[in-house]
Amino acid sequence: MIEMKDVWKTYSNGIKAINGIDIKINKGEFVYIVGPSGAGKSTFMRMMYREEKATSGTIIINGKELGKLKNKHVPKLRREIGVVFQDFKLLPRLTVYENVAFALEVIEESKANTRKRVMETLSLVNLKNKARFLPDELSGGEQQRVSIARAIVNNPHILLTDEPTGNLDPETAWGIMDLLDQINNRGTTVIMATHNKDIVNTFRKRVIAIDGGLVTRDEARGEYGYEN
Amino acid sequence: MMKQEVNTGMKIKTFGRHGKEGFKNLGRNGWMTFASISAVTVTLLLVGVCLALLLNLNAFGDQLESDVEISAFIDLTAKQDQQDELKSRIENISEVESVTYQSKEEGLDNLIENLGDDGEVFESLKDENPLSDAFLVKTKDPQDVTAVAEEIKQLENVQDVEFAEDTVNRLFKVLEIARNVGLALVVGLLFTAMFLISNTIKLTIVARSHEIEIMKLVGATNWFIRWPFLVEGILIGIFGSIIPIGILIYGYYYLIDLIANRFPTLFIDLLPVTPFVYQLSGLLIVLGVIIGVWGSLTSMRKFLKV
Repeated sequence: MIEMKDVWKTYSNGIKAINGIDIKINKGEFVYIVGPSGAGKSTFMRMMYREEKATSGTIIINGKELGKLKNKHVPKLRREIGVVFQDFKLLPRLTVYENVAFALEVIEESKANTRKRVMETLSLVNLKNKARFLPDELSGGEQQRVSIARAIVNNPHILLTDEPTGNLDPETAWGIMDLLDQINNRGTTVIMATHNKDIVNTFRKRVIAIDGGLVTRDEARGEYGYEN
Repeated sequence: MMKQEVNTGMKIKTFGRHGKEGFKNLGRNGWMTFASISAVTVTLLLVGVCLALLLNLNAFGDQLESDVEISAFIDLTAKQDQQDELKSRIENISEVESVTYQSKEEGLDNLIENLGDDGEVFESLKDENPLSDAFLVKTKDPQDVTAVAEEIKQLENVQDVEFAEDTVNRLFKVLEIARNVGLALVVGLLFTAMFLISNTIKLTIVARSHEIEIMKLVGATNWFIRWPFLVEGILIGIFGSIIPIGILIYGYYYLIDLIANRFPTLFIDLLPVTPFVYQLSGLLIVLGVIIGVWGSLTSMRKFLKV
């Protein structure tokens, strides 16, 4: 469960990114975060995996209050949260398999377990036959599926995706949405910041609109509500 | 209790991984690595030579120090009670360690003995001994010899004071200068080496910034991220100590050999090879590792935001 109570964020350069947000997201939900550029969506996402600290207010993720979380416990929090970006952030010299396995290696998972989990996850994202390819040899949609595989290989409770379809053509984007839906159906909370009006309006889910650092709209089965 | 130990202890596999990554880091910026190792090499070579020199000079100094004593000659007119008073006054000087009486007969005997064959000419003087009775004074710290001698000279019933003034002072001056110059050079070089290492590691950190970002994102612990860079620094330190140790061991053996065979009459006793060179070698490795760790910690603090 994710809960924010009166959360504010002012950056050291004086920019007020978040100005008092109250929100609750239950386990297993699928939520779109929409809003114009610079509205505070990215800050909102970054605060959830403690890349940014709230200036004031309370953020609780899976029972942990992030403001009171010691730095050395941040890694543990991040093992419960998968993060996917618009630009994939794959390591170019590693194969598809190695990129996904990397996420388990660095948290000191055993080799046997790593192998099993990576192969399972690659077959979920439908890339088992490309395990030995390098990222450069894949299409954009395939690269994004590798990055999703890396984010969920550790079975996190929450999957945060920041514009996951931003770099993809519409057809490929739908493939990614199917995948996210599958992941959501397995019980993972999925939060997706997006500018894609078609997706939000077709694939109806809860919509939280953020503008000027405030929640301006929060609807179950909402619409995108902005002109692209 | 047990469980905690399992959790905090590094797994063997992880240890291997950090080692491998550390080696890979070395290769990533080959020339910078080479420059850092060279800097450590030069630094440690100088440290080694300075230390070998200083420790030998110190040992030589110690040996000499034990020989340094002041001869305070007593006025011929002084009576027994005045002599006793003088003795207790000397003993009361706080820097003084011991005072021994030497009659003029003993003095002459010592002189004749020290001079060996040449001393025989003095045998005839035994009847008309030109020497005075004397107190032989040892100081606690040989560096106080000059001051104590001055003080004794002011006392009553002292005819004259003698000690190896020039030799002692010159030796201590040389020792001090050598120590200071060596120290300044070593400190300067240490900082240079540290700076080069920290820069090399900074380059590695920048080159691996993507990996580091993802490691943080998926929840690798901070120390898991830091270790490969620490290993990189340690390796630079160890590799940098190899050549200096080789030169030191070979050079010291050579020097000892040279003195023993070519200049056997030379009045120099070098510290014996074992354990001296090996202790020194161990010290150089430790120093290399310290410089390496120091360099990597510096760069991590500045560039690795974990």
